[in-house]
Amino acid sequence: MRPANLAHTSAFRLTLLYTGVFSMSVLVLLGFIYWSTVSVIERQTAETIEAEIRGLAEQYRQQGVSRLVQVIGERSGDKGDRNNVYLLTDSSLKRLAGNVRNWPAGATASGQWVSLGLQRRENDRIIPHEIQARTFTLPGGHRLLVGRDMYEKTQFRNTVVETLAWSLAATVVLGLIGGLFVSRRMLRRVDQVSYTAQGIMQGDLSRRMQKSGSDDEFDRLAESLNAMLDQIERLMTGMRWATESIAHDLRSPLTRLRTRIELALRDAPSENQDRAALADALGQTDSALALFDSLLKIATAEAGVAPTELVRLDLAGLARDAAELYEPVAEDKGIAFDIRIPCEAEVRGQSQLLAQAVANLLDNAVKNTPSGGRISVSIERGDQCVVLTVTDTGPGIPAADRERVLERFVRLEPSRRGPGTGLGLSLVAAVAKLHGATLRLEDNEPGLKVSLRLATFQERDF
Amino acid sequence: MDRGPYSFIFIQTVSQSVYIAAMRILLVEDDLETAEYLRKGLGESGHVIDHVPTGPEGLAMAMVGSYDALIVDRMLPGLDGLTLIQTLRDQSNTTPVLILSALGKVDDRVRGLKAGGDDYLTKPFAFSELLARLEAVARRSGSSEKVTTSLRVADMEMDLLSHKVTRAGMPIELQPREFRLLEYLMRHAGQVVTRTMLLEAVWDYHFDPQTNVIDVHISRLRAKIDKDFGEPLLHTVRGAGYTLRASG
Repeated sequence: MRPANLAHTSAFRLTLLYTGVFSMSVLVLLGFIYWSTVSVIERQTAETIEAEIRGLAEQYRQQGVSRLVQVIGERSGDKGDRNNVYLLTDSSLKRLAGNVRNWPAGATASGQWVSLGLQRRENDRIIPHEIQARTFTLPGGHRLLVGRDMYEKTQFRNTVVETLAWSLAATVVLGLIGGLFVSRRMLRRVDQVSYTAQGIMQGDLSRRMQKSGSDDEFDRLAESLNAMLDQIERLMTGMRWATESIAHDLRSPLTRLRTRIELALRDAPSENQDRAALADALGQTDSALALFDSLLKIATAEAGVAPTELVRLDLAGLARDAAELYEPVAEDKGIAFDIRIPCEAEVRGQSQLLAQAVANLLDNAVKNTPSGGRISVSIERGDQCVVLTVTDTGPGIPAADRERVLERFVRLEPSRRGPGTGLGLSLVAAVAKLHGATLRLEDNEPGLKVSLRLATFQERDF
Repeated sequence: MDRGPYSFIFIQTVSQSVYIAAMRILLVEDDLETAEYLRKGLGESGHVIDHVPTGPEGLAMAMVGSYDALIVDRMLPGLDGLTLIQTLRDQSNTTPVLILSALGKVDDRVRGLKAGGDDYLTKPFAFSELLARLEAVARRSGSSEKVTTSLRVADMEMDLLSHKVTRAGMPIELQPREFRLLEYLMRHAGQVVTRTMLLEAVWDYHFDPQTNVIDVHISRLRAKIDKDFGEPLLHTVRGAGYTLRASG
């Protein structure tokens, strides 16, 4: 694991973003609580001071300044509310009563609200306090200050700021830890995938992505990748097979061709012999080209076709045409030919490829059935499927070889040896796979029974 | 090269009493070896060939010259074959076109014919196949104007409406497929028709079955139309295919 990479993962960036969003919401929440609480405190303070002022004004109206001095003296003494602040001075600002030593500089004594920064002595320590107050000038030049210590509000603000700091710190720390944890986990799995991919790129096509078994998105990704790799491996194997087979099977006709030409060149020139050699060479070339063509066709079918090429078609009609094409050939060879095909069997497919598959099956049957034998072509409609069956009474294929003959170029020796390139059944297999059909080779006792099972055409396929 | 396949060019067909005249053919092909091979072969068959190696030249020549048929390769320098054909067709030029191509899949062929080609031949090909198809497309464009209801070759007559065939006045019983086979041969009377052409036209098979199934069908047809009559009409052309014509 490379820690330097952690910060570059999208998981980490996402976590950072979430942390930011959470911090913002903590900030907003606490800000709102602070703001609403402070406004309640301020309103209560104002109300308290107003009530105090009303009381003092009543005393002053009834009994004059001397009574005011007395009341303020009482209220600012030990019995009064510690948080209330009073000051009464004469016109020369000399203190008459109250718990403030001298008239503060900023107070205009015009009845306005003022915010004052006063210092309070407590146990020999001087602590700055914020005071909200109203100041008045009384008739006769006396000045009055009534206020309240905002100590509670300050206290509350400190609490909020502290809470805010802690929660932010906690959010960020937890966010970072969570982010690192999640990114490490993700990075580890992504790294696993890219590590496997590198192994595959270096040539080990058999490697596959590991799954954690939790069926999460990484497992689904691994599944898709593995399915893709399977398909690639199949195609690669097919390609390798094709290349090897072409090399192997083209070598013989090309070698023969070369030998003939070489011999023709070495012999004394003679018009007739030259022509015969040329005709022979042409024949050899044609068979090599035919072989090449078949291989190409199989490769194309194995690579799959575009879905638009698969259309609704009648397999019964297609099979009937092929049977009709081969029936005279079988008859000439003295083989009985049964056709049991119902009126219609709709499937979804590529007509040329399916026609060739059916033709190849019949071709095989005709080639391998001796005179006096019997070939049958039938179509049965089952539940959601159509089964095309071709049987012959030839030598059949031993059970052990049935898988093998579907591979390219396998021609069973020596009993089934006949003309042909040995690609007939391989093409049928490729076409079957392309159509999602099941191809089965069975014993016809005696002979071979080949059945091709296709899904019935469904309207919802489109 | 066996001269067999193309030695039947100047044949008088009894039904139409015309000669298959020498054709002026434009060959648009960038592979010089193939071009030389076709020029030589078609020249020996009595046709006149103009050859150009690029698409733009081919288009220019095809638009100004009056050719009986064009042979166009699909992949050409400058302008691809299909675009060339499409441009010609857009100009209402109906000269028959045979497309040559190394692309042999079913949809390649469909695309070629959609672009306006009259026939499509995949490389590599046998010369006899090319010649037969070229003559078929050239003839098709000449005779498709009027609707025919009956065909006639020598003393054999085919009624396309009632699906009856007679030879020397004698009715001949044919299976539906045999009827279509004979119809195709009669429509191309005097021309060489290859096995591939028959598979495509009569069975709609665009692939070669491994066994020579066509030969069996032809020999059955031959037994019905020629066996009981003096003069054979259905002839095998060695190395190429078949032709239906009156001998003489």
